[in-house]
Amino acid sequence: MAGAVAAVLGLSLLLGSTGGSTGPPRDSLREELLLSPLPSGDLAATFQFRARWDSELHREGVSHYRLFPKALGQLISKFLVRELHLSLTQGFWRTRTWGQPYLQAPAGAELWVWFQDSVTDVDRAWKELSNILSGIFCASLNFIDSTNTVTPTASFKPLGLANVTDHHLLRYAVLPREVVCTENLTPWKKLLPCGSKAGLAVLLKAERLFHTSYHSQAVHIRPICRDASCLSVSWELRQTLTVVFDTFSIGQGKRDWSLFKMFSRTVTEACPLVSESKIYVDISSKTQENELLEVTPLPLSVHEASVQGDRRTYAVYDLLSPSLFNVSRSLNVQLKWKRPQDSLDLSTPVLHAQRYVSGYGLQTGEISTLIYNTHPYRAFPVILLETVPWYLRLYVHTLVITTKGKENKPSYIHYQPAQDRRRPHLLEMLIQLPANSVTKITIQFERALLKWTEYTPDPNHGFYVSPSVLSALVPSVIAMKAEDAEQSPLFTSLFPSSDGSSYFVRLYTEPLLVNLPTPDFSMPYNVICLTCTVVAVCYGSFYNLLTRTFHVEEPSRGGLAKRLANIIRKVRGVPPL
Amino acid sequence: MAADAAGAEPAAGEKERGKRAALSFAAVALVLGLPLWWKTTETYRASLPYAGISALGSLRFQLTVPVSVVFAKGTLPGAQQRRLPLADTREEEILLNRKPSVTSCYEMTYRSATATEQAALTMATVQEADAALLLLQEDLLGSLTVYVIPETSPLLPQGIGVYIGKHRSAVMRGTQGPGDVLAAISARVQQIVQAMSFTTDSITTALSDRVPMDQLGTDTRRPFKSSLGYEITFSLLNPDPKSHDVHWDIEAAVNSYVQPFLDKLGSVANFSVDSQILYYAVLGVSPRFDKASSSFILSALSLPHVINPVEARLGSSATSLYPVLNFLLYVPERVHSPLYIQDKDGAAVGTNAFHSPRWGGIMVYNIDHPAPDKAPLLLRVDVDMVRVMEVFLAQLRLLFGISQVPLPEEFLLESPGNNGLTDWELDRLLWTRTVENIATVSTTLTSLAQLLDKIGNIVIKDDVASEVYHAVASAQTAMLELASGHLGSAFQASKEAVTSSERAFFDPSLLHLLYFPDDQKFAIYIPLFLPMAVPILLSLVKILREAKQSKKEPMKTD
Repeated sequence: MAGAVAAVLGLSLLLGSTGGSTGPPRDSLREELLLSPLPSGDLAATFQFRARWDSELHREGVSHYRLFPKALGQLISKFLVRELHLSLTQGFWRTRTWGQPYLQAPAGAELWVWFQDSVTDVDRAWKELSNILSGIFCASLNFIDSTNTVTPTASFKPLGLANVTDHHLLRYAVLPREVVCTENLTPWKKLLPCGSKAGLAVLLKAERLFHTSYHSQAVHIRPICRDASCLSVSWELRQTLTVVFDTFSIGQGKRDWSLFKMFSRTVTEACPLVSESKIYVDISSKTQENELLEVTPLPLSVHEASVQGDRRTYAVYDLLSPSLFNVSRSLNVQLKWKRPQDSLDLSTPVLHAQRYVSGYGLQTGEISTLIYNTHPYRAFPVILLETVPWYLRLYVHTLVITTKGKENKPSYIHYQPAQDRRRPHLLEMLIQLPANSVTKITIQFERALLKWTEYTPDPNHGFYVSPSVLSALVPSVIAMKAEDAEQSPLFTSLFPSSDGSSYFVRLYTEPLLVNLPTPDFSMPYNVICLTCTVVAVCYGSFYNLLTRTFHVEEPSRGGLAKRLANIIRKVRGVPPL
Repeated sequence: MAADAAGAEPAAGEKERGKRAALSFAAVALVLGLPLWWKTTETYRASLPYAGISALGSLRFQLTVPVSVVFAKGTLPGAQQRRLPLADTREEEILLNRKPSVTSCYEMTYRSATATEQAALTMATVQEADAALLLLQEDLLGSLTVYVIPETSPLLPQGIGVYIGKHRSAVMRGTQGPGDVLAAISARVQQIVQAMSFTTDSITTALSDRVPMDQLGTDTRRPFKSSLGYEITFSLLNPDPKSHDVHWDIEAAVNSYVQPFLDKLGSVANFSVDSQILYYAVLGVSPRFDKASSSFILSALSLPHVINPVEARLGSSATSLYPVLNFLLYVPERVHSPLYIQDKDGAAVGTNAFHSPRWGGIMVYNIDHPAPDKAPLLLRVDVDMVRVMEVFLAQLRLLFGISQVPLPEEFLLESPGNNGLTDWELDRLLWTRTVENIATVSTTLTSLAQLLDKIGNIVIKDDVASEVYHAVASAQTAMLELASGHLGSAFQASKEAVTSSERAFFDPSLLHLLYFPDDQKFAIYIPLFLPMAVPILLSLVKILREAKQSKKEPMKTD
């Protein structure tokens, strides 16, 4: 098939400026793994890979990619994307037992995108973008259409550098039905410059990652300041992956764990392209009670940080430091608990929420959301975003918000009613949560009847309602000092921290499953058959009536039966009939 | 019997009424029911130019090249000089196959040189003359000018009979002698014109889908199919980032070497260029170690297996549907270097590169390793882009079908210069691309017509039909323009025709009713149609039989 080329052109090529332009590399890569034991005894592992590119992606013309993946770069420059956040999640982060997540994502697929203000037709760009992303990540993002897309006004502010906050450039959609599996992980891993060949990505073995209680992978693209003066823009691609391992089932009833036990791999080297590669292990409880746990090998350094209103200590393993691989060729971080802990101190997080559907029958129902503020003395506001599909018809006059038995009036309400088959309900509220309180929000709905082609293939499974989103600046119990974003660990630097006294939290509630009245799907055919039969019967008798000819039948000598009977009678000697 | 006849008397009228009722039922069903059913269930199909499509399918090309032959002073005897200017048309059939027939037609005009041309032809070097003559020609795509200079003219170097310039002109030596000069030079002119426009081979390549396999050479399947745009991706494969820190200044290289070439080709198609670096991307085969040269060998036979594993990493273009040309620069791992490609005879390939038809090219770039004791752990490598781009540009020309024509020794070709492409090479490309486009349009429309013929459920909306009409009209325009020698407008028309025909063929509305299987249709029809149709048919049969009988009976009695 391939013939070797021997033809070299005698080109009088002018030597351009090919003087090997050295200088600081224009892109850099950091990778990080955070292992944090959860209050319930499970273990959360959060991978973060950050590629930073000091380039203008929206420039026309030739584009040259090194560490930044070409597929995503082309996407950003073609669709004039300002910010893109995509997450694919399997399972649900249980805030109550697992504590505040570093980065939560709703079950299923979530996509929100800020476009540049030069985009004229945002809806079209959004449609094409989601279709292409669906191809890149092998996910069903092509099911994003106007019936599940909303434009929130307050909940999703740009996380990166932005001077435009006109929310018409924002699109947000959640697909709670989406099932995440290996085929989504493989393209995600392919975006990493080192693939899964070296560095922390070696641990990403699909077989183990999907054997967990929670799996969430995400891609965040945003523009950031290139330096402190912030005169020019760099692009940041953050790939995060969070898994929660059930250590009890892995470790045969013990809570001890090691990298090998969880991932069935160990780390042998850093990816040669990274500028920073670190493993953080949360050993905070060590400081409270002396020598409760121990990690091996001994960490080279310890990092103290205040994360989410809590002072925490992390053992740090820097994969780039040569002394780490001196002793053994591979790094297998282990954690052992000194004594068995039966009474776990389940410190409930300051903010958490739950949601459920109530009501009976197939006509009406009620969505209830409970928001807990367990802070002992501080009240704070929270923004609640509800997206409800059009086939649940919300009645806003039934919206009731009660806190401690009293009505709680939201200080801001944005409600966009649904249009059948065109757009969903959008309800955004700013609610003040008093200290140490539970706020209950209820709203009633009526189930609509769908057309029979609009039902999913398994309609009796129910219809998903995407999770509601809570965004809040939670006041911190302790004072936090502001850190330089470039120096601090990656897991602290995605959400902008406003000041030292509070921290940003975004929580997602459970997705809901609602049963809609489901018809018998053979019904149309039955109806056709029945109608046709009725018509046919009527037609038949009508036809008979009109075309039959009637004439009087003369009594004749009778038929065969009569003759036979007469013969028998003759034989018997009885007079014939 | 008498009683029967008496009973039949009133029954005859009754029978007649019943017959009429049955007939009127049948009539209503036929006249009203059937058309109504037909109208409500038919698939909408706008009318299409089937005649035009099948006329296109015959592909009778006539390619007309306007050639002007200009005689410098002293090349023609006086008697012939007086006969100028004169025009002459030469036709020639290119033998391909029965179906696509190609007639090439050379419109020759002979004239003597004007004063300024004469001045240009007496310049010191032929390159200067070429540049000067460019200003005198009208810049028309596809038209050629051949200048005939005296045999003894010092303009051409010794031993060179023909010079083909950068643009659309050539200079040739005339013949000295008493005979008819025009006849004497005509063979030579023919050769020049074919080299600068099209040959049988290039047309065969363009029509490779229509020509039987045995007529095709190995090279004909190499160039990319004609398309409205191309994505060119340069990828640097670094399978060993632990020991090699490879840098390439691709941005400058693309700007200085590839971009001028693509700018020149801008009228042919849209191009977009990008590049990427892939780490830990390995070839699919492990090379063989050759002790004699202490190097690693990749034999030509294993090259087909190289591409597939790499291709998985390359990633397709996310944002466009144009075909992608891949150019890979492979820096072998330290344990596998140096790596050389061997051809079928076992000799090393000079450029250390190969290309895959309609896919792209791969070049292996070996690194000089310092002695093992002095070598640093991580070796910084700056790729010599001139060496790389020379190979890639040559491959790019091959993949676009701009290949050298075999020419006799005494022909001197001017090098294409900085943008890598001469004007007449562009013309050659346009000739073949136009022919190929028209053939593609005809294939697309013919298969659309065949599909419509075969599958009854395809809907043709009005806008699809108008695209088909436009495609046929544009293709016909392109044929006419080719026949009249206007290459530029012919190519534009053929491009439009391709766009329209593809748009019509891939219109999603074609598929709307495609999944409507017959068994489901019958399941719905039968409960209604069977009970209604059976009585009508039965009574019709009965009426017919009675009519037959009543015809027979009078015959008998007579």
